[in-house]
Amino acid sequence: MAEYEFDTEGVKKTFTFMNRKAPYGTVYALEVLETVLISAAFEQHANIVFADDGVYQLKAGHDTADIGMKNFSPTFGIIEMEKEDADEDEDIDMNWRIIVEKESMEARGLTEDDFKVDVEVIAAAELADIIDASDCVIGG
Amino acid sequence: MKFGILINEGPFTHQASDTAYHFTKAALEKGHDVPRVFFYYDGVNNANKLSEPQADDRNLVKLWGDLAAEKNVDLVVCVAAGMRRGIKDENLADGFRISGLGQLVEAGMGCDRLMMFGD
Repeated sequence: MAEYEFDTEGVKKTFTFMNRKAPYGTVYALEVLETVLISAAFEQHANIVFADDGVYQLKAGHDTADIGMKNFSPTFGIIEMEKEDADEDEDIDMNWRIIVEKESMEARGLTEDDFKVDVEVIAAAELADIIDASDCVIGG
Repeated sequence: MKFGILINEGPFTHQASDTAYHFTKAALEKGHDVPRVFFYYDGVNNANKLSEPQADDRNLVKLWGDLAAEKNVDLVVCVAAGMRRGIKDENLADGFRISGLGQLVEAGMGCDRLMMFGD
């Protein structure tokens, strides 16, 4: 056990969190959100991206009572709050974007109005540039 | 180059941890640094010392532990993901330690590349 000490003083990177899985059925959606929230403590920039079946995560009105799973969609409210705080507070140098891939959204018959939080809808080609420009991509 | 490694799958259902192990070993042999490997999601199962594969199969839990001891790699298991799956100090294999998700974010901040292995 060799605990490594990183020198992260003053480091500012852009993390892209790729959410590609449906909200229930696997645990990826729930656990990647925990990483998103932790990154706020380090004041890092973040693109929180929803693509493929991941777009369903943002749909309003999850009701998990019949499948006995924890409904984690309130977490998106916390993420939106973190983003708004960062946008409004000049002392917080943290740019967060909540992005939905346009093609995935449209293929599933969804529109922006179906989502629980405000999002940027971005086409796959442009999203590729955003991913390319980020420092770390973390998926779930 | 300095690589951080993120492993999202356990040692048997998926090949992700095997691939990550071979990548880590190859990178170290080429003279790169791999200061930290972070185990998340079912990846925490790579740290279960009660894991007992058959004798003619590879034992990833031990392989990771041996690599950590030999090359001084910091193997970190996510505390929250581990608790849900029953990976605790009581059954933590040699060479691993349990800590928070901040250790993953730090690896992303402090390494040139963060490599993710999983589906």
